[in-house]
Amino acid sequence: VCLLCQTWHFFCFHTIKAAILIQRWYRCYMARLEMRRQYALSIFQSIEYAEEQAQLQLSSFFTFIPSDFNTAGSDVQLLEYEQTIEVPDSYHGPRLSFPLTVADTNSLLHAFKRQQQLHARYVLQLLHETKKVLKQMPNIIHLSTSYSKEITICGDLHGKLDDLLLIFYKNGLPSEENPYLFNGDFVDRGKNSIEILIILFAFLLVYPNHLHLNRGNHEDHIMNLRYGFTKEITKKYRSHSKKILNLLQDVYSWLPLAAIIDNKVLIVHGGISDATDLDFLNLFKRNKVREPSSSSSYGRRYKGDLLDVGEPMWLLHDGVNSSPLLEAQYLESSVRMPSVPPELTAKEWKQVCETNTELLQNKTKKPTCIYKWNLFVVDILWSDPKNQNGCTPNKFRGGGCCFGPDVTARLLKRYNLKMLIRSHECKQEGYEISHDGKVITIFSASNYYENGSNRGAYLKLNPDLVPRFVQYQVSKYTRQQTLHQRVSVVEWSALKSLREKLYSRRSELIAAFRQYDPNDTGRISTSEWASAVESVLNLALPWRTLRSRLVQLAQDGSVEYLSSFSDLEIDSREHMVQPALVETLYRFRTDLEIIFNIIDKDHSGLISIEEFRQTWKLFNSHLKIDIDDESIDNLAHSIDFNKDGSIDFNEFLEAFHVVNKFENKAEHCRISNLLDSCPCFSIPGLSGT
Amino acid sequence: MRYCLYDLVPFEQRKKVKRKDKSFHLSFPKKERDPQTKRSDIQKKITDAFEVFDHECNKTVDVREIGTIIRSLGCCPSEGELHDMLAEVSSLPFVIFSSILKFTKALIFSLLCRRPEYRPIPEDVLLRAFEVLDVNKCGHLTKEELVKYMTEEGEPFTQEEMEEMLSAAVDPETNTVRYKDYITMMVVDEN
Repeated sequence: VCLLCQTWHFFCFHTIKAAILIQRWYRCYMARLEMRRQYALSIFQSIEYAEEQAQLQLSSFFTFIPSDFNTAGSDVQLLEYEQTIEVPDSYHGPRLSFPLTVADTNSLLHAFKRQQQLHARYVLQLLHETKKVLKQMPNIIHLSTSYSKEITICGDLHGKLDDLLLIFYKNGLPSEENPYLFNGDFVDRGKNSIEILIILFAFLLVYPNHLHLNRGNHEDHIMNLRYGFTKEITKKYRSHSKKILNLLQDVYSWLPLAAIIDNKVLIVHGGISDATDLDFLNLFKRNKVREPSSSSSYGRRYKGDLLDVGEPMWLLHDGVNSSPLLEAQYLESSVRMPSVPPELTAKEWKQVCETNTELLQNKTKKPTCIYKWNLFVVDILWSDPKNQNGCTPNKFRGGGCCFGPDVTARLLKRYNLKMLIRSHECKQEGYEISHDGKVITIFSASNYYENGSNRGAYLKLNPDLVPRFVQYQVSKYTRQQTLHQRVSVVEWSALKSLREKLYSRRSELIAAFRQYDPNDTGRISTSEWASAVESVLNLALPWRTLRSRLVQLAQDGSVEYLSSFSDLEIDSREHMVQPALVETLYRFRTDLEIIFNIIDKDHSGLISIEEFRQTWKLFNSHLKIDIDDESIDNLAHSIDFNKDGSIDFNEFLEAFHVVNKFENKAEHCRISNLLDSCPCFSIPGLSGT
Repeated sequence: MRYCLYDLVPFEQRKKVKRKDKSFHLSFPKKERDPQTKRSDIQKKITDAFEVFDHECNKTVDVREIGTIIRSLGCCPSEGELHDMLAEVSSLPFVIFSSILKFTKALIFSLLCRRPEYRPIPEDVLLRAFEVLDVNKCGHLTKEELVKYMTEEGEPFTQEEMEEMLSAAVDPETNTVRYKDYITMMVVDEN
């Protein structure tokens, strides 16, 4: 009986009201958690896309630098080389015998589950054989569901072996009765990219008609330089890494670009644009497009809905324009490739720099060096769907388009297709249906940004072409965590990245803040703070909502703008470097690393002092950052050189990282408790995953 | 039906203040702030909250997320009240949130005037609500009781909501919901 109104408890007015109150409160609490999760994911996503933009700019800058990457050596030579690599008796990993059988794939899976590594000789042989098989495939493969009941389609894996193994566990291994299609982005970011490739290629060799692969935007050696795959190979395979990387580039270029199931379902990695022409796409030699990322940021001019690409031109390394190559030359007939010398002298490097600067300056006047087919490929690998009609350049990523429902409808109608399946975007639930059911995004890497950030999913397509989704999430922890704890982990990780991002642009930000604060009080209003941060960082984030997590507020509600920077500092270890240079080094660390890698032709990890200087010159001309020769010289002198006058550039760059000055012990312990010795919690100084 | 959370506060504890027009309103501690700045601050706060859910950065949000947005701003409307608020816009799949702003002028006023039904629920009121449900006055609810109340009374929880609440609320050793501790923990978590 209710004490308040003396009626039977269950029907009592007060019980109902109490229940509603609790429910309201709880839903409010959940909504706030959802908000935090959303902005954490927004932070991860915008930082990721901004990096992709920077990457695309860097790649296109390097289009003009001929590398000797293209000279992979003739096939015959390679085979001999493989036979000369001895596999020692002490090697206990899997030994493959070609042609591969199910026994080989089983032994590979078994070995990788126990964290073993495949020997370089087998890797090379595997890649060699894979290239032979892929060469015979058309650009767009046609599949049919009539032979087996269902086909399973998986999205991005990004080097996460646990997710692939989980998919095989839930859905069975690939076989004639269980066909699979993997929609690109197998590598980068995760730490088992090569193992995933080995498994996928091995299954491809055993079941060439039942395991299918599409190329993704990360199947591109310049992307691999930034996003970790090149590093993984170099670390795991050392002296053999160069051969492996070269052969890998060939294999990438032979990966099919799209698949069509039952003539009704189109599957590509990124998406489409209003210029996508499947017939044209099928015609050209896809292996000529080695690095799709390198031609994307030359922009596109839109005249209404039509794409105006200008004349395609081929530029030699000395800057001389040759006659325009006809499209026909890129089709089935043979192509005359201009000869490219493998080594450049210092003089030639200088010429390259000058040419690049010139070309970059001319960029705004008219688009040069645009390959129509390259752009088509870029659209397929980089585009994202959007909810409003139209087709606009994808300004978040810097490549491809954002295509609306009308573009989808038009394309599907033109080729008599029913739907489009694509990947490329991380979705919280692992999949998303958009454009009124016509576009499906499928993403198979769970916990992509951070442990607990998202689920992964795969879809099964039956002959009725009705998709069925299966979701999963790899979880290292047996202890059940509440939603609040999971969100806290993701949020904390996102905010940490964002704080580091703010710190890396410290000087520019302080300059922008000072514009609102002429009297140097150290305080500005929230609106002023938000617009300053937005203008410097160029990240579309809800700054006001994030404000309380990034800066301290004064009593009157104004923002103390210097407080974001007070607890972090860049540690450069023992390198004596000028403070101004330190910030630049930290901010452009990844770009520098890539430039170093391109210069370091033999992948030794070492460059000479002269090459070091050249790197900076290239860096200057790419990013228009003016660093005078004297500073470079001082920097070069301060570095610890090896006896032969070379430096280990990875070691040099890794020295520049942000550390927390006053380690917030309480917060650290709280998060540590939540994570239970989680390996993804990266402490500065310790090597992360 | 509209429920005022102050209905749960015993009569004699409610403070009443007489207004000039002789009507009564409940008193709240007031912060001194310039009303114009306050209003535009709140407006910006609301826009910002919408921006979190504006995935394509083109000033649109999915209409299904508006409830979450409103709640994340600190309002605690019931499902019914939310439904009424959204009745105007729920026919559109995507809503341009500048038009939402006009419609949420009501929302802004409520945040300004702090009408009870939109205020965040204070700890002590929440505690009293649990105490009402705790018939035997033993300081805790059994798991079954909580499930029954939450899924059968008022505006029932979905299975997912119930499971999520249980994962945090139930003390694994005794298999009961010690609600005082639960509330304290949730409040700490929030901050």
